[in-house]
Amino acid sequence: MTGLINWFSQIISVTAFGFQSLPKRLGSSLTAMLGIAGVVAVMVAVLSIAQGIMQTMENSASVDNVVVLRSGATSEMMSGLSGDEARYISEGPGLVRNDSGAIASPELFVIINLLKKTTRTDANVPLRGVGPAAFEIRDSFKIAEGRMFEWGLNEVIVGVGARMEFEGLELGSTIPVGQEEWPVVGVFEAGGGLAETEIWVDSAVLQPAYRRGNSYQTVYAKLESPDSFPEFKDALTSDPRLNVKPMRESEFYSSQSEMLYNLITGLGTLVAVVMGFGAVFGALNTMYTTVSARTREIATLRALGFHSGPVVISVLSESLLLALAGGIIGATAAWAVFDGFRAATVNMASFSQVAFAFDVSANLLVRGILFALIIGFIGGLFPAIRAARQPVATALREL
Amino acid sequence: MTDKVPNLVHINNVDKVFKRGSEEIHVLGGLDLEIPEGEFLALMGPSGSGKSTLLNLIGGLDRPSQGSVEVGGEQVGQLSDRRLAAWRARHVGLVFQFYNLMPVLTAQKNVELPLLLTHLSRSERKKRAAIALDIVGLSHRKNHFPRTLSGGEQQRVGIARAIVTDPTLLLCDEPTGDLDRKSGDEILDLLQALNREQGKTIVMVTHDIHAAARASRTLYLNKGQLSTEPVD
Ligand SMILES: Nc1ncnc2c1ncn2[C@@H]1O[C@H](COP(=O)(O)OP(=O)(O)O)[C@@H](O)[C@H]1O
Ligand SMILES: [Mg+2]
Repeated sequence: MTGLINWFSQIISVTAFGFQSLPKRLGSSLTAMLGIAGVVAVMVAVLSIAQGIMQTMENSASVDNVVVLRSGATSEMMSGLSGDEARYISEGPGLVRNDSGAIASPELFVIINLLKKTTRTDANVPLRGVGPAAFEIRDSFKIAEGRMFEWGLNEVIVGVGARMEFEGLELGSTIPVGQEEWPVVGVFEAGGGLAETEIWVDSAVLQPAYRRGNSYQTVYAKLESPDSFPEFKDALTSDPRLNVKPMRESEFYSSQSEMLYNLITGLGTLVAVVMGFGAVFGALNTMYTTVSARTREIATLRALGFHSGPVVISVLSESLLLALAGGIIGATAAWAVFDGFRAATVNMASFSQVAFAFDVSANLLVRGILFALIIGFIGGLFPAIRAARQPVATALREL
Repeated sequence: MTDKVPNLVHINNVDKVFKRGSEEIHVLGGLDLEIPEGEFLALMGPSGSGKSTLLNLIGGLDRPSQGSVEVGGEQVGQLSDRRLAAWRARHVGLVFQFYNLMPVLTAQKNVELPLLLTHLSRSERKKRAAIALDIVGLSHRKNHFPRTLSGGEQQRVGIARAIVTDPTLLLCDEPTGDLDRKSGDEILDLLQALNREQGKTIVMVTHDIHAAARASRTLYLNKGQLSTEPVD
């Protein structure tokens, strides 16, 4: 028992000496700390991109919405449904119905070229032809400025995200559709979801403009409840007139973003690990310097009878403290600068632009700080072991 | 009781070899030494002759390559690192040429340091450190940091730290080597008093004939062996 207390008080005092003499080693300590802060900031920022994209996708999805594509199609671009097929789908069981029939919106999905504001390069922007039910299906839909388009007229409304990202989407400007120029009459919000990156128009005017006859690409529909999905799905997949793949909206969006999420997360992790190596060397260097600056002190303590365990712990905890400070600084900086920062990237599934906000979540901050601590641990471990291994008599001579 | 004082330190046929790369440095060879309890022994010899090495062996800071070092009945060379550290803390007081005080601690806290290795309470530690500082005549400077003290004062703090655990053996490696004559004399007075009044056994390495004159016996180290006469 006294042994333990003894051990503990040794650790505390040896560590305290280290911390008290920290100001003398401020320069190299700050360098290591800022190095770690930089790594953590980059890591958190990059991973927050992936997180933000996921968040956008999640915001887009509603639990009682379904999306129906042609079977085999992995994106809306690749899908195709005839007018008849769209009608059979909307007759499926389990959908919400009102006087005018099921809440189902057969939609057309085409890509137009617009200039991206930041890079001034061409980018693919989705132009979606929708039916009246589209607004009941996306229940967070709201006109933010201007007005709704008139059914049957060549006019469009644009998502807030799209307007922010691309040139020429201000109210009153026009966009090129085929040979024509269609006016922008309104700007809409969709609860931060994917639709905010799109341009919407009446599907009935988009079909002739793109010579689609009476065909569509997808049907979006609203279920009576999330539990109605199996019934709806079974009915459609067993219908001999149809060859389609019904998915919950959440499932559809996560399949759309999975590739991108994995790519960015993988890249982010790679960058963090590579930079992390650099930071480990920085920390190692600092802690070796610290250990040699503390040689006299450590050797004296050990000569007086202090164990080497507390010496190791002291050096390690100093390194961990620097890393913790660096981690907190880096994570906080990433959060302050990037959280909510809006950007756009290419959705790998449709090759169209996805606007999203960096999402620096608490979970990411914790991961960033943990990463910093790992760097600090590795950076402190070897110098600590060296300090402890050195024979006392030799260490005393080095003064 | 016989008139022969028991020996505190027995060193028997000790070799000490350092390896530096592939080179072997034979510092001590077949060295014998007996130090009776209560002696004040001065060790002299040319620089690099192995005085510090010998002192380190006695103090359990290092182990002999060959032979036995027995201090207070303990075979010092055979203890594990951990037990050796505990043994040093209990039985040996070390005084260094450059004092080796902790710059971030006050004189009082520096002196308390070795007591952290005991199970004494905080207030008991404080009390003992105060007594040790009083013995070296530095009570009035107990809250001063080392950098605000003169060399002589710092060495007195060093001595207080060495005696605070009440060890039997004081090992001093050139304790006056970095001091002017006057401060050096004060330190020697102090060591002499500790030897005479408190019965401390002292081994002091020195270059200074003057300092050695304060000891009860002087031995000269040369070519790995001890002798009673200086060898040229
Ligand atoms: N830990 C060590 N490693 C290698 N060589 C050492 C070590 N300690 C002492 N020596 C060598 O042993 C010799 C004696 O050193 P030392 O005992 O310090 O001499 P002194 O104290 O008499 O000046 C020197 O040549 C020194 O270089
Ligand atoms: Mg020496």
